Amino acid sequence: MKTQTVYKPTDGLVKRDLSYCPGCTHGVIHKLVGEVLEEKGLLDTGVGVASVGCSVMSYEFFNCDMQQAAHGRAPAVATGIKRVRPESTVFTYQGDGDLASIGMAEIVHAAHRGENITVIFVNNAIYGMTGGQMAPTTLIDQKTSTSPRGRKQKDAGLPLRMSELLATVPGATYLERVSVHDPKHIRKAKKALEKAFEVQTQKQGFSMIEFVSTCPVNWGMTPQDSLEWAVDNLIPYYPLGVYKDATKGDDNG
Amino acid sequence: MAKVLMKGNEAMALAAIKGGCDAFFGYPITPQNEIPEYLSYHMEENNRIFVQAESEVAAINMVYGAAGSGARVLTSSSSPGIALKQEGISYIVGSELPCVIINVMRGGPGLGGIQPSQGDYNQITRGGGNGDYHLIAFAPETLQETVDVVKESFDLADYYRNPVMIAVDGLIGQMMEPVDMDKEIPQKDLPAKTWAATGESGKRGSRNKIVSLHLDPYDLEKHNLKLKEKYDKMVENEQRYEMISIEDAEVVIVAYGSMARIARSAVKALREEGVKVGIIRPITIWPFPEKAFENLPESVHTLLTLEMSLGQMHQDVKIVNQGRYNLAFYGRAGGVVPETDEIIEQVRKYVGGNK
Ligand SMILES: Cc1ncc(C[n+]2csc(CCOP(=O)(O)OP(=O)(O)O)c2C)c(N)n1
Ligand code: SF4
Ligand SMILES: [Mg+2]
Repeated sequence: MKTQTVYKPTDGLVKRDLSYCPGCTHGVIHKLVGEVLEEKGLLDTGVGVASVGCSVMSYEFFNCDMQQAAHGRAPAVATGIKRVRPESTVFTYQGDGDLASIGMAEIVHAAHRGENITVIFVNNAIYGMTGGQMAPTTLIDQKTSTSPRGRKQKDAGLPLRMSELLATVPGATYLERVSVHDPKHIRKAKKALEKAFEVQTQKQGFSMIEFVSTCPVNWGMTPQDSLEWAVDNLIPYYPLGVYKDATKGDDNG
Repeated sequence: MAKVLMKGNEAMALAAIKGGCDAFFGYPITPQNEIPEYLSYHMEENNRIFVQAESEVAAINMVYGAAGSGARVLTSSSSPGIALKQEGISYIVGSELPCVIINVMRGGPGLGGIQPSQGDYNQITRGGGNGDYHLIAFAPETLQETVDVVKESFDLADYYRNPVMIAVDGLIGQMMEPVDMDKEIPQKDLPAKTWAATGESGKRGSRNKIVSLHLDPYDLEKHNLKLKEKYDKMVENEQRYEMISIEDAEVVIVAYGSMARIARSAVKALREEGVKVGIIRPITIWPFPEKAFENLPESVHTLLTLEMSLGQMHQDVKIVNQGRYNLAFYGRAGGVVPETDEIIEQVRKYVGGNK
């Protein structure tokens, strides 16, 4: 009988345990990024930029050159790398506290300059690493360790939608929001990542894939309940889809 | 080579290009704007990278990225902008990356003013970022010296895998002086940057990581001790200073940068009258030139620190000379540049030795 490989762990990830909590979708997203880098032959030229958050150790996980950035600064670090190494494949991997709060200026201006980089944005509506504080993306009435009675608009405003916000930035090329709560959506998310890296290899400019993600530990739920909570609460506020596609040149100025 | 008349900031920018600078990242601030303005034109012409960042915070992190991928990188700013760069500088040191930083100092604190100052001495030599770290910091006096150290700094940064800062005050940035841009400078034998995260793990056969995170305290302590060995080497090998008219001096001025220039005029006038006064001029402010104080002649009884700030370097003079000499200080702040006569008057207070 002939054997056929139907599944193997991706070479895009270093063979070691990830540092994420069981059931956290950071793990699924890592696997997808690793697979896309491997399948597209981009590991050899890759430079990933790890940010500050639960994914701070991602420089140990992605199987390519890596640089670890200060909190929020990954898009600036990626800019520095890509400008002096235009033939490399540069990506950042950032949480919502990192990208939507402390790193707001860096992400907006990287998009604004049309930096030819790919941003992987993991939105779990909370500061995971520091123990579950409120993020700019935390939903109204969502309880966190710094919004113990639930987020209230009068104190903390309404949750920020980053894909929508960046869609208003003329320099951005490709923006899509995806989810990884079931196999169908995981496949779709992988397609989105492939597209984002193609944008970069074709030198078309700034691409970002926003993942609706979970944090079972700080949400205080089982992994399964977290996925359901994300579908019922996060996705309605953060609708999935393509927010900008200027790859045909229609909006690229 | 022939000398050309150049403005300080532009001369520093050209010196960076001649020093092999591959990329510049910066944000506008007075009184250093001629540096990015010059480079925005001339870097492209030399096939190099120029980016005007959205802030000093972003600029220094671009420096970190570009340096991590092996480039020779420059950023320039002035005092409040350097304050914003401290986080990035700490990361750059922690990750052992080279880069060159020009600081054209202005008066502070806060938004302060835009006139020349030396008020960043503590910020530069003590480090405004977190952790145990140091950078080599030059504080040159003339445009020629400034240009020479800018060129040399790229080699030094690569050699130590550590940032090097050139700290001048706004006077040097703004003045015009004849300068030989092609004067020979010392060069170092530098190994290839095999550690850089260049996006060539395929070609290299292994992957490189640029990181300042060490979660295990013993591991982080080991890393700190390794950095400390580097700092010790800098202290041993990189102290630079000039001794002026020291041989028979009873009063020795300690001054750097533009302040040293003014002190020079004062010393010249006083010497003509027969007053025995000299100068120790630190060229590096970190490492502080302790060696300059080791073998002063018997005739010295007073060290007079002069600053365009209020006694920041004077602390270092005191640390090095504890228990010896009369340690006096005079300084102006806020961008006020002292007159030569003012300095002469200060020196006279100590001539004779019994005060
Ligand atoms: C300058 C700075 N401020 C604060 C922190 C502390 N800190 C570490 S991770 C983090 C939040 C990360 O949250 P997010 O980006 O959403 O990532 P997640 O852990 O949820 O994946 C904070 C505030 C830091 N390391 N550096
Ligand atoms: S704290 Fe939350 S986001 Fe971080 S690894 Fe655990 S579950 Fe994932
Ligand atoms: Mg988060």
